[in-house]
Amino acid sequence: MAKKIKITINELTVEVEPGTSILEAARETGVIIPTLCYHKDLCVAGNCRVCVVEIVGQKRLSAACATPCDEGMDILTNSFKVRNSRKHIIELLLSEHNADCTRCYKNGNCELQKLASDYKIMTQDFIRLVPLKNYTIDQFSPSIIKDDSKCIRCQRCVRTCEELQGVNALTVAYKGDRMKIATFFEKPMNDVICTNCGQCINHCPTGALVEKNYIEEVWDAIADKNCHVIVQTAPAVRVGLGEELGYEYGSRVTGKMVAALKRLGFDAVMDTDFTADLTILEEGTELLTRLKRALVNHDPDVKLPMATSCSPGWIKYIEHMYPEYLDHLSTCKSPQQMFGALAKTYYARARNLDPEKIVSVSIMPCTAKKFESNRPEMHDSGYRDVDYVLTTRELAIMIKQAGIDFMKLGDMPFDRLMGESTGAGVIFGATGGVMEAALRTAYELVTGRNVPFENLNIMPVRGMEGVKEASIRIENPLEQWAFLDGVELKCAVAHGLINAKKVMDSILSGKSQYHFIEFMACPGGCLGGGGQPIPTSPEIRRKRAEAIYAEDLGMPLRKSHQNPEIVKIYADFLEKPMSEKSHHLLHTKYSPRERF
Amino acid sequence: MSSNYQLKRVDFIFKDEKDWKEILKNNINRPPQELINELISSELKGRGGAGFPTGLKWKLTAEVDDMTKYVICNADEGEPGTFKDREILSKVPFKVLTSMAVCGHVIGSKEGYIYLRGEYFFLQPELNKAICEFEQYCQEINFDFRIRIFMGSGAYICGEETALFESMEGKRGEPRNKPPFPSNFGYMGKPTVINNVETLAHTYTIFEFGAKRFYDLGVQYSRGSKLFSVSGDTPKPGIYELELGMSLEDFVDEFGDGDTKAVQVGGASGFLVPRKRFGETTIGFQGKLTGISLPTGGSMMLFNSSRSMYNVLDNYLEFFREESCGQCTPCRVGCQQLLNGIKAVKRGEKNALYLDKLLRLTETMQYTAKCGLGQSVANSFSSIVENFREEMIY
Repeated sequence: MAKKIKITINELTVEVEPGTSILEAARETGVIIPTLCYHKDLCVAGNCRVCVVEIVGQKRLSAACATPCDEGMDILTNSFKVRNSRKHIIELLLSEHNADCTRCYKNGNCELQKLASDYKIMTQDFIRLVPLKNYTIDQFSPSIIKDDSKCIRCQRCVRTCEELQGVNALTVAYKGDRMKIATFFEKPMNDVICTNCGQCINHCPTGALVEKNYIEEVWDAIADKNCHVIVQTAPAVRVGLGEELGYEYGSRVTGKMVAALKRLGFDAVMDTDFTADLTILEEGTELLTRLKRALVNHDPDVKLPMATSCSPGWIKYIEHMYPEYLDHLSTCKSPQQMFGALAKTYYARARNLDPEKIVSVSIMPCTAKKFESNRPEMHDSGYRDVDYVLTTRELAIMIKQAGIDFMKLGDMPFDRLMGESTGAGVIFGATGGVMEAALRTAYELVTGRNVPFENLNIMPVRGMEGVKEASIRIENPLEQWAFLDGVELKCAVAHGLINAKKVMDSILSGKSQYHFIEFMACPGGCLGGGGQPIPTSPEIRRKRAEAIYAEDLGMPLRKSHQNPEIVKIYADFLEKPMSEKSHHLLHTKYSPRERF
Repeated sequence: MSSNYQLKRVDFIFKDEKDWKEILKNNINRPPQELINELISSELKGRGGAGFPTGLKWKLTAEVDDMTKYVICNADEGEPGTFKDREILSKVPFKVLTSMAVCGHVIGSKEGYIYLRGEYFFLQPELNKAICEFEQYCQEINFDFRIRIFMGSGAYICGEETALFESMEGKRGEPRNKPPFPSNFGYMGKPTVINNVETLAHTYTIFEFGAKRFYDLGVQYSRGSKLFSVSGDTPKPGIYELELGMSLEDFVDEFGDGDTKAVQVGGASGFLVPRKRFGETTIGFQGKLTGISLPTGGSMMLFNSSRSMYNVLDNYLEFFREESCGQCTPCRVGCQQLLNGIKAVKRGEKNALYLDKLLRLTETMQYTAKCGLGQSVANSFSSIVENFREEMIY
C-alpha cells in the first residue's frame, strides 16, 4: 500500500490514502462541506463550486470534490474567504433558479433549498434571471416532467444518463447563459431515446426533473363510490417506502404498507409479487420451450439467449438500441401488466365485478412503469390494464396527506386471490432476483430437486457488481427433460443500462454464449428504481437489497410454483403456463423505435 | 519615464534568415536535456497570456514515462484584439512546425496537432501545404513526426488548454478539473505539451540564436520580445514585435493618437489602464518588485476620449456571457449578473452602491471559477468600474 498523506483540515491533522479528495478526507474527519454537483454514483464534475475550500498559500479556492489531497496541504473549509464565496455562489444559483418553493413538487426535499436555508440567504440582491428567459416545461412524457427554470446545471442528470445508463437522452446544449440540459434537438422527452427509467429524477438535486404524479387522479378514484379501486405493490416498494416516513434505509415495512393502503381507502390491496411468481412460471416455461426447440428440434429460428422483460426501462432501451434483438425478449409482460390484465378479468370474474368499474392502481419503485401502463400493447383485458401508476414517493405523499401516523400502524396482510406470494416473488426487487427465482423453479421442474445452493440462495447472481454470470449444470433430469442432461445453463445478470449495453455488445460480438439473461434498467434493480425515495447511493441500495433478501428468507414459501394462489389461478382460469389464455393476457410483443 | 525613450523594436519572429531545415536537423540531433536547459535558461514564458515557463513545461512532460505523447500548437486565437498568431502561421509557418518537431524530439512524441481557430479556416490550405513539405523533409532525414490540423468550431473557451483537449476528443469544449495537468494527462489522457503559436515561434528563435540572445532582451521575470496586436484608436494599428518590460507610457507615446484615455492590456480578459496609471505600468509578467506589471497575450487596445467605458465594459461582458462554457456557477451566472447589473445601474434601477456588490462578486469569480475565463472576468470589470465609476452610473 502506498504511503499515507498527511494533511491539515481546519487545524486538525489527518492521514489519508493517496488519491483521496479533499471532500472525502473532510467527511472522514467529520467536517461537512456542502455539495451540489457531487454524487456518489457519478464521476466528479466540479462545476457547481459550492464545495470550494481554501488551501493556505493559494490565492484561488479549490473545489473540494475535484482536488486530491497533497502532502502537507493546509485546508480551511470555513474561512472568511470560503464563507463569502460560498454564499455568493448559492446566491448566484438562486438568482438563476425558479425559487417558487411552496409550489414545487420537491419542496422539502431539495438540496438547493436546504443550502439556502443552511446559509440563511434572506435577501435577493442579485437580479432574478428566470423572468429574462423563455422557459417551457416539458410535460409530454407520461413519466418525467422537465422544468428547466429549476435547473442549476449541475449535470448530475447528464452524468446519470451517460454513466449509469449509457442512454445519453439528456446532454448539455448551448453555452454561456443559454447553456441548458437538453434532449436531441430539444424534442420533448417522450419523443427521444429516454427510457423513462427516472434515474435522472433520483439524482436531480432540485425540482428540475420530477415524476409526473397521478396522486389527485387516484384520490378521485378512491372517492368515487362507483369505482372499485384495487392496488398492487411491487416488491421493492416495501423496502423503500419506510425511508420517506421516518425509517432507516432498507427498513422492511410490508405489513404497515398494506395497512396504510387500506386506510387510504383502496378496496383491495394485493401484491405484484403474486404476478412475479406467475411470471416465473410463464417465463420459465418459455425458456425451457426455447431450449427444447434449440436442443431437440435444432430449430434455427429459436432465439437464444432469452432476455427478461420485466423492466420497462430495459424494454424501451432495447427497442431503441437493439431492435434486431427484440425477438430475444421473453414475450411475458412485466408482473405489473400481468396483474393489470388479470385484475380486470380473473379478479373481476371471481369477485363478480364489472371490469369497467375497476380502477387498477399500482405502486411501483419505477417511473418507466407509468409509461408502460400507457402503452397501446397493454389493453388486453379489453380495458386499460393498469390505470394509474404511483411511485414509492407518491404513495408516501398520499400517506402523509391522509394524516396516517405510519410508524404507529399495525401490520396487515394482503387481500386474497392475488395477494399471496413467495420469497421468489419478493426478490424480483433486487438485481439478480428474477434470475434466482427462475432458477429455483426451473431447476426443480426439470430435475425434481432443489437448486444446488445452500438455503436456495443463489449467491453468484446476488450483489452489486454490474454484470454477474452464473452457470448451472443440469444432471439427472426427469424423463421428459432428458435432453437437458449435462447441459450447462449459462446465465447473466445486468443492472443499470450501461451494463445492459456491455452484455448486449458482448453478445453482438459473439464473445458471450448465454442461455438466459436478466436485465434491469436501474442500478441495483428495482430497489434502486427511479421512483424510489431520494437520495440514492450504492450504500443505500445495498441496505435495501439486504432487506429484500431478509424478506425472502423469512417467507414460508420460497419457490414460485409453490404459491397456492398460482396453483389456483392455473386450475381455475389459465389452465397451464403458455396456454392460449396466458398468451392473450400475459404475453405481448414489442416494436422497434428510432435511435435518437 | 523619459519621453525621449525609444521603444525597442525587435525583429526575430518574422525574420527568416536561416533555413528551417538546418535548424531542425541540428536540433533533433542535440540531447533533449540540453534543449530543455537552453529553454529554461532563456526564461521564455508562454505567450498565450498565462506565462507558464516553457522549458519547465517541456521538462515535466519529458519526464513522464509513456509511449504515446502529443505536441499541440494552440492556434485558437480567440482573445478579442489579438491577431498575431494568424500572422505567424501565414508568414512563418515553418518556424512553428520546426519547434513542434523539436518538442516531439525532446519529450518523445511522434504526433503533433495544430488546433486552428474555426474562423481561420482560410489559413488551412496554405498551412497544409507547409505541413506536407515539412513532413516530406522529416522523412528525408528519417525523423518520425507527423503534424495534423484540427479545426476548432469557434468557441472562445476552446483556447483553454483542457477544453481544447475535450474539443479534440470530440466532446463538448469544457475545461477539465486541474490537477491532473496536461503534462501528465492531456489529449486522450496522454502527456501533452500544449504551446501557443507565438511561444513555438520564440522557441525557434532560441534554437536558432541561442538562449542568450533571447534572455538579453526584456527585464527580470519578463525576458525576450513579444508580438503585440495594436488596435483601437491608434494611427498605426498592426502587429509589432517589442521588448517586454516597456512602460505603457512609452507605448502610448508611440502608438496613441494623442488623446488616449485608456489602454486595454491583454484583451477582454485583461486589464484596463487609465491614463493616470500609464507611467507606473509596465508590460510584462508579474513579479517585478515595484509598480504594476501587466501580462498580455499581445492584445493592446487603445481608447480615446470619444469612447464610453460603459460601452466597452458592456461589450466585454456580453462577450463573456456568451462565451462562458456555462458549466461552473460563478462564471455562467456571474457573467449574467455583471452584465445585467451594470445595465440596471445605468438605467437607475439599482443604485450606484450595487457596483460594489458586483465588485465583490468578481472577487468570488476570481477565487472560485473553474478555469481562466471565469477567473479573469474580474480583471476588466474591476479595472473599468474602479477607474471609470462615473461613466458606469451616468
